[in-house]
Amino acid sequence: MSNDSDVLLKVVDLKMHFPIYRGVFQRQVGAVHAVDGVSFDVKRGETLGLVGESGCGKSTTGRAILQLYKPTAGEIFFEGTNLITLKREEMRWMRRQMQMIFQDPYASLNPRMTVSEIVGEPLSVHNVAAGKEIQERVAHLLELVGLNPSFAGRYPHEFSGGQRQRIGVARALALQPSFIICDEPISALDVSIQAQVVNLLEDLQEQFNLTYLFIAHDLSMVRHISKRVAVMYLGVIMELANRDDLYLEPLHPYTQALLSAVPIPDPLADVNRTRIILEGDVPSPVNPPSGCRFRTRCPIADKICAESRPEFREVRVGHFVACHMVS
Amino acid sequence: MPDLLLDIKGLETQFKTPDGIVHAVNGVSFGLKEGETLGVVGESGCGKSVTMLSILGLIASPPGKVVAGEALFFGQDLLKMPNEKLRHVRGAQIAMIFQDPMTSLNPVLTIGRQLEEPLMIHIDMTKNQARERAAELLSMVGIPNAKDRLNDYPHQYSGGMRQRVMIAMALSCSPQVLIADEPTTALDVTIQAQIMDLVKRLRSELGMAIVWITHDLGVVAGLAQRVLVMYGGFIIEEASVNDLFANPSHPYTIGLIGSLPRVDGKQQGRLYSIEGQPPVLYQKPQSCPFAPRCKWVMERCWKENPLLIPISDEHRVACWVDVKTGRPR
Repeated sequence: MSNDSDVLLKVVDLKMHFPIYRGVFQRQVGAVHAVDGVSFDVKRGETLGLVGESGCGKSTTGRAILQLYKPTAGEIFFEGTNLITLKREEMRWMRRQMQMIFQDPYASLNPRMTVSEIVGEPLSVHNVAAGKEIQERVAHLLELVGLNPSFAGRYPHEFSGGQRQRIGVARALALQPSFIICDEPISALDVSIQAQVVNLLEDLQEQFNLTYLFIAHDLSMVRHISKRVAVMYLGVIMELANRDDLYLEPLHPYTQALLSAVPIPDPLADVNRTRIILEGDVPSPVNPPSGCRFRTRCPIADKICAESRPEFREVRVGHFVACHMVS
Repeated sequence: MPDLLLDIKGLETQFKTPDGIVHAVNGVSFGLKEGETLGVVGESGCGKSVTMLSILGLIASPPGKVVAGEALFFGQDLLKMPNEKLRHVRGAQIAMIFQDPMTSLNPVLTIGRQLEEPLMIHIDMTKNQARERAAELLSMVGIPNAKDRLNDYPHQYSGGMRQRVMIAMALSCSPQVLIADEPTTALDVTIQAQIMDLVKRLRSELGMAIVWITHDLGVVAGLAQRVLVMYGGFIIEEASVNDLFANPSHPYTIGLIGSLPRVDGKQQGRLYSIEGQPPVLYQKPQSCPFAPRCKWVMERCWKENPLLIPISDEHRVACWVDVKTGRPR
């Protein structure tokens, strides 16, 4: 494994189960196993892509890292501090260094606040700046994300989707964090606007040496922006590797199927591909399959896959896979 | 030239809003040949869905209104057809599937009931015949135990299965034209691959013409034979799918293709981005609607809106600039 000083965030066996209550007495009858034993590192200055289909637990993982949910089990080390054991006040302090950009720029900005209030709020909440200084910092932040500082007095509805997402980015940057979780930051935007926001995120990363956890379902965009990529399925990481290793030589049958399913905007390249079409749908996380989570749709599943859960192991340098069939 | 199934001429649709009249479709003309798959691409608000809804008389009025144009289907103008007659065309001869399979099925009726309805209305089947045909249709779109599953309600089906049901319903009366409005956008990629595979299979078995509306150029590349690119309520480029990707000729198309990262890694380095944002048209534009975002913009672009003109046999483009040379056309 890598040197510990390179590691900004270390997640160890993270589990997030949401209880299901039923009946008159609201007894717990089961749980949604949204995240079920996830471990990975994020290195300083890199972008780790976290991909998977809807319901695989990628967003829940992101939220649990920031302690927006209280994880059921596991440990999360940020700069060596275990976030799980921190008190509320201590966690608040830590949040200065870790921020989030949300998916839906229409829902994540308060419609009754002006841009300057939205972007300035983290500064006043954390007592970093006050009075006129806030206004100056806000103007600077807006400029950073490519918005005209004179828009500071406007309300979110006066902006387009792409501009709103820039406001969300400015808010995340306000406290000068070292780590930002981008939770599907571009999936609500039009294609021509997506490229604008991704280029902005890349520029800011370079300028401020930011570390990103980039959560998305768009495998093409994740390939573009990430240094390493983790693939999740039904609450578990199936494969994690350097970007090129994962895309050029995917080892897990799920990753292979997922990559082959992505349409390529080029009719000539599209003809020569082999498609692996998975049967059926993702099973329910309330009652996930025994053993390997993917076995019910896996084209190469065997007896052992139903019996024991495959270990998430390093099969090549830096290339981790959870599959019995990969040697 | 083979006969056109659908021949749309100069279609214009407007919406009345509190902020003024929005010109959503501004004179769109195109044809659909028998058995072909036509892709319609563009970003949200470009008028791609409104165009198709206008043709089928599905624009809510008010606030919407088709103000000009013709939509000829076997020589008959759909826009002037009386409602009763149009209802027979819709569903029986031209069928449509919508983006969101979660909201386009009735949650309180069984899947079977919803599949039988068009069969009994449009092709006069009896209840029993319709039941049998419904089961056939369900298994045709790849749903196992079709007979039993007819009694299920939509919430018992997953998103991918609901979209299969929508496709089965659309194809139930053997239409000549299937209009699909972003049918895979709400689905995950592995499910999208299943649906596209299914549509390709049904297309070769049944031979209907398809209009596939999407914002995803990847989907178009894998499915369509001919493509229309729309922007600001206009068709700005029209070409065969291979020609469009090999030889994009409108600055917007070029930008769109360039701004896409590729899963096969063939597009490296910084993404090309089109600055600015798509327009909302409160007036019918007198200049090129793309001019404010265009790298190649010239003086003429601000004065006259370019018409769609042929640059080769099957390739038409609406631009004053020849992007290959950077000089006026």
